[in-house]
Amino acid sequence: MSDASVDPATVAHVADLARVDLDEDEAEAFATQFADVLDYFETLDEVPEVDSEPELVNVLRTDEARESLSQDEALRNAPEAEDGYFEGPPVG
Amino acid sequence: MSDAFITRTEIESDGDGSLDGQRIAVKDNISTEGTRTTCGSAMLAEYVPPYDATVIERLKASGATIVGKTNMDEFGMGTTTESSHFGPTTNPVDEERVPGGSSGGSAAAVAAGEADLALGTDTGGSVRCPAAFCGVVGIKPTYGLVSRYGLVAYANSLEQVGPLAPTVEKAAELLDVIAGPDERDATTRSEGADTDYASAADGDIDGTTIGVLTDLVDGADERVAAVFEERIAELEDRGAELREIELDSLAHAVRAYYVIAMSEASSNLARFDGVRYGISGGFDGDWNDAFARAREAGFGSEVKRRVLLGTYALSAGYHDKYYEKAQDTRAWIKQEFDAAFEEADVLASPTMPVLPPKLGESLEDPLQHYLMDANTVPVNLADLPAISVPAGTADGLPVGAQFVGPAFGERAVIRAASALE
Repeated sequence: MSDASVDPATVAHVADLARVDLDEDEAEAFATQFADVLDYFETLDEVPEVDSEPELVNVLRTDEARESLSQDEALRNAPEAEDGYFEGPPVG
Repeated sequence: MSDAFITRTEIESDGDGSLDGQRIAVKDNISTEGTRTTCGSAMLAEYVPPYDATVIERLKASGATIVGKTNMDEFGMGTTTESSHFGPTTNPVDEERVPGGSSGGSAAAVAAGEADLALGTDTGGSVRCPAAFCGVVGIKPTYGLVSRYGLVAYANSLEQVGPLAPTVEKAAELLDVIAGPDERDATTRSEGADTDYASAADGDIDGTTIGVLTDLVDGADERVAAVFEERIAELEDRGAELREIELDSLAHAVRAYYVIAMSEASSNLARFDGVRYGISGGFDGDWNDAFARAREAGFGSEVKRRVLLGTYALSAGYHDKYYEKAQDTRAWIKQEFDAAFEEADVLASPTMPVLPPKLGESLEDPLQHYLMDANTVPVNLADLPAISVPAGTADGLPVGAQFVGPAFGERAVIRAASALE
């Protein structure tokens, strides 16, 4: 019915793309569960192509300065902040 | 002590209006300035929003007092409220059973009388499901009727904030307060301005054509279907005309819903990096290492599962196979609903295909858990309004009936639901 079996290496690859570390048990459980779910998704193949013209309009506003959060408010929930900046890990 | 709330509070109103003196419970993914908003997640256990959601501003201006932030499936991802980091909420009707989800705390608070009214959010049934399981009323508004500004996003093309209440009229009154355009949410529409939904709850079903969604009745547990069919037949005796309606697209709705919701979740939840808010991943290694550790620590299993499956569905080589086909399905469902409303004023089905499961019963198998959403997700995919109203009981457990209307046809579904009370 489907070739959507998921090996643990694929789960590890997707977890890497999504930036989510997994422990071994979780990765193993996901491999089985993903096979079930992806197998279920397979029959989307049977859905006909549909012409649709969504009624979309652009909603624009002028780009002007307005009241916003203060620096203190914006930083209040940061685990680490220094001198008015967010503090993050080293880049690259 | 009730397990419906994550945080008890007392946020006073700053105005007078139609909700004077009403005690309102608010789902914990709706931002409340100065009161923590956790989304049922360890990631946001300490997060205190610096601003109010638009719906909170409107509640406060209408005289309501917010009495607490309610428990929910983590980030709205679940149908039973069991995926909350803060533990499950029990169903006030039967404490061995789940209250439904993901707005389970909001429904339980109303059912137990701990709040007069509540706000939930509905991405794939998350207001209607717990309303049905707890024996209260819940409304999922037309997409664009209610502002999502300040709602922590899960799948933003699908979700709306909606009211829960003991009666249809009270739910409609709360919807009147929160509906309406908002310049801070560009998807809101002018149809929501100056609404009068409450007066539609007049119980008058005479002359209404009700299309019964036979695919969704046939797929339901026979005890649920029996209650639904008996009550709908009563409406025929009172002057409604019944028509059977089959929609072939509905067989694919759950698939399309989960592909789209997971894909949007994988993108929306990318903001949780442990730097601006949430649990820090520390400073060892590079940005990606820290990011991945923060998310391992902060997200529960169901959230990881959906973020990963969404990432997979959008990844190179799979995008056309899953995401594009899901969008085709969404368009097909919309077209079939449009055609159905040529024949009927409102459509009806059981809200949930099953009775409320026991705690723990539906956790083993994620796919079986997802299938419980069969009757509620089509409405989100089609952007339509729907209501769940108590229809009776089976084996002592609540059964909900769902009415679906055309876009911005809130008055039609409110009127039909009020006829069942």
